[in-house]
Amino acid sequence: MAASNGDARVRVTDLEKHFPISKGLFRKSTDFVHAVDGVSFEIKAGESLGLVGESGCGKTTTGRMLVKLDDATDGTIFIRDAETDEMIDVTEVKTKVEQKEFRKNVQMIFQDPYESMNPRRTIFDIVAEPLVVQNIGTTEEREERVIDLLRLVGLTPPEPFLFRYPHELSGGQRQRIAIARALVMEPAFVVADEPTSMLDVSIRISIMRLMLELAEKLGVTYLYITHDLAVARYMCDRIAVMYLGKIVEMGPTEELLANPMHPYTRALLSAVPVPDPSYKRPDVEIEGGVARAVNPAPECRFLARCPFAVEQCRTATHPELYDRGSEHFVACHLVGSDGEWHGSERSVLELRS
Amino acid sequence: MTDTRTRSSRESILEVKNLVMNYELKDGGMVSAVEDVSFELKKGQSLGLVGESGCGKTSVALTLLQLQAANARVLGGEINLDGINLLELSPEEMRQHRWTDISMVFQGAMNSWNPVYTVGEQIREAMDLHWDPKPTAAEAYEKIVELFNLVGINPEMIERYPHEFSGGMKQRAVIAMALSCDPKVIIADEPTTALDVIVQEQILEELKKIQDELDMSIIYISHDIAVIAEITDLMGVMYAGKLVEIGPTAELFAKPRHPYTWLILSSTPSITGPRRALAPLEGEPPNLLDPPSGCRFHPRCPFATDKCSQEEPPLSEIGEGHMIACWNHEQVPVTLATAEDDSRSANGSQ
Repeated sequence: MAASNGDARVRVTDLEKHFPISKGLFRKSTDFVHAVDGVSFEIKAGESLGLVGESGCGKTTTGRMLVKLDDATDGTIFIRDAETDEMIDVTEVKTKVEQKEFRKNVQMIFQDPYESMNPRRTIFDIVAEPLVVQNIGTTEEREERVIDLLRLVGLTPPEPFLFRYPHELSGGQRQRIAIARALVMEPAFVVADEPTSMLDVSIRISIMRLMLELAEKLGVTYLYITHDLAVARYMCDRIAVMYLGKIVEMGPTEELLANPMHPYTRALLSAVPVPDPSYKRPDVEIEGGVARAVNPAPECRFLARCPFAVEQCRTATHPELYDRGSEHFVACHLVGSDGEWHGSERSVLELRS
Repeated sequence: MTDTRTRSSRESILEVKNLVMNYELKDGGMVSAVEDVSFELKKGQSLGLVGESGCGKTSVALTLLQLQAANARVLGGEINLDGINLLELSPEEMRQHRWTDISMVFQGAMNSWNPVYTVGEQIREAMDLHWDPKPTAAEAYEKIVELFNLVGINPEMIERYPHEFSGGMKQRAVIAMALSCDPKVIIADEPTTALDVIVQEQILEELKKIQDELDMSIIYISHDIAVIAEITDLMGVMYAGKLVEIGPTAELFAKPRHPYTWLILSSTPSITGPRRALAPLEGEPPNLLDPPSGCRFHPRCPFATDKCSQEEPPLSEIGEGHMIACWNHEQVPVTLATAEDDSRSANGSQ
């Protein structure tokens, strides 16, 4: 991983989350799903890192650990506190008081604007709740703050929205409320888990632009979780691609899209639909879906689906993620230290025959 | 991409004329869900219907199959499938056409398999109901093997239960089921929405292959315009219950003429090409209990004039097979809209 950097807002090292597979009430579980297995990355202040991958690759679990909705099995997470400028060890945040303090600094925006709000509370209650929990301000001050935020997220005029209920709002409006709620404490770091995937294209862009504007205005750092690489391209400065609990490739957005090195990233990119009927897509080189990483073998996680695998991939342990030049990190035995490809160029047709 | 021109001389298989469908509410209000929709589909052609949620895409599909909700009222129009107007048929007559002439892959259908029957048994059930005469066990088995091969599932899976299938496999099996009675037209409502991109790509390839091999006519419904770009010959854009533009997919992408199509394309991110600053589409779709006067898009349209709020533009032809409902389509720029400011590119991304 990159050497520790002075202005890192978030530093994650060797993060692991293993879920036991339930075997019944009294039997101790011996099988574990390695949902996140040795993930390390840094996010600089004001930067937005995209975490992409297929369902089940561990991207949401990673995000949940960063906001402490799940506890890590192993590894460390440091997040810089905006007020004190100290790196806080998230795994050491344990008591209620510490957690309360931690949540001032770190917030999450969830995927589904329909499921993530209490239907019996008004918009004012929903957005002001963090202030109530943290015991900040009088009712009047809170109202003022909520009005400011509603204006900030583009719900204008804000007053009519205050005492409405979530069901009275459209999906796009609800997601704006979710963003307002996440930002009411002025957090320095926000985990956004597919915040636009439930929205229509036309509304999606305005929410994406809103999040970018707020990052600019308030200096928010994002971990942006998405399965959609086209969205990640617009939202993120850097992209990390996850596969079965591991980051297999990470680099600056345009560099990674123009020059993908890991076979999985290449397959993923070639499968993304392109809004251009004249576009001629390259063959997708891999088949099948993602399995669950139950007690995974030590070899490369991608081995079973990789069309390029050679002897080394079958005998060596999972390749290390390291910089192949210009901040482009790849975990593959077949990619050389300066990014050149050592594998064969077999096509998918040869593989099938 | 198959050549649309060679297909334009072919026979028409499905013709929808001036279809109007409303949902009646308990209080007597009428939701104008489908308003004056017309299009034609030729044999072996694929049509994509795109639009925001609630624009009437799925309502059109359900009406084509006469499976619309109990409170739906078809107030006018014709649905001519191979010369027969489906709207004039009795429910029993319609039942005979459904599945054998026109079938559908429903949205989220991969999650509707019955867990206690094998997938083969469930496909067999559809065949028993719709084949005339009923297939023998051997015939049914042979057909399912053929279908499984066609959609790319190992025929050994026939005797397996749905939980033994992955998400992509379940969706393939749903497509096999929709093909089980050799329909002339298939409607696929968001066939790949819940799937990961790699699996999605494989299923779209499979569907394209089926269209070519069986000379099948397919109507795709999707909110994902990139998917429509990949697989369709024709594209129809719906807004608030109306078809606002329809034409050859390649032409609509190259030169969108309706302001709504233009804005939708302008706001679609892509991983290819230069990174454009995406233009947002302001506002929200109208309430169809009380749709806007004149053109339904005029409150959100950057080119709207007084005429737009008063008179409804008819769907008229502006090129071969390219129809559009807009008074001011000549105002629509040739290049896509871009946003004035784009904070991230200004931040200095590579």
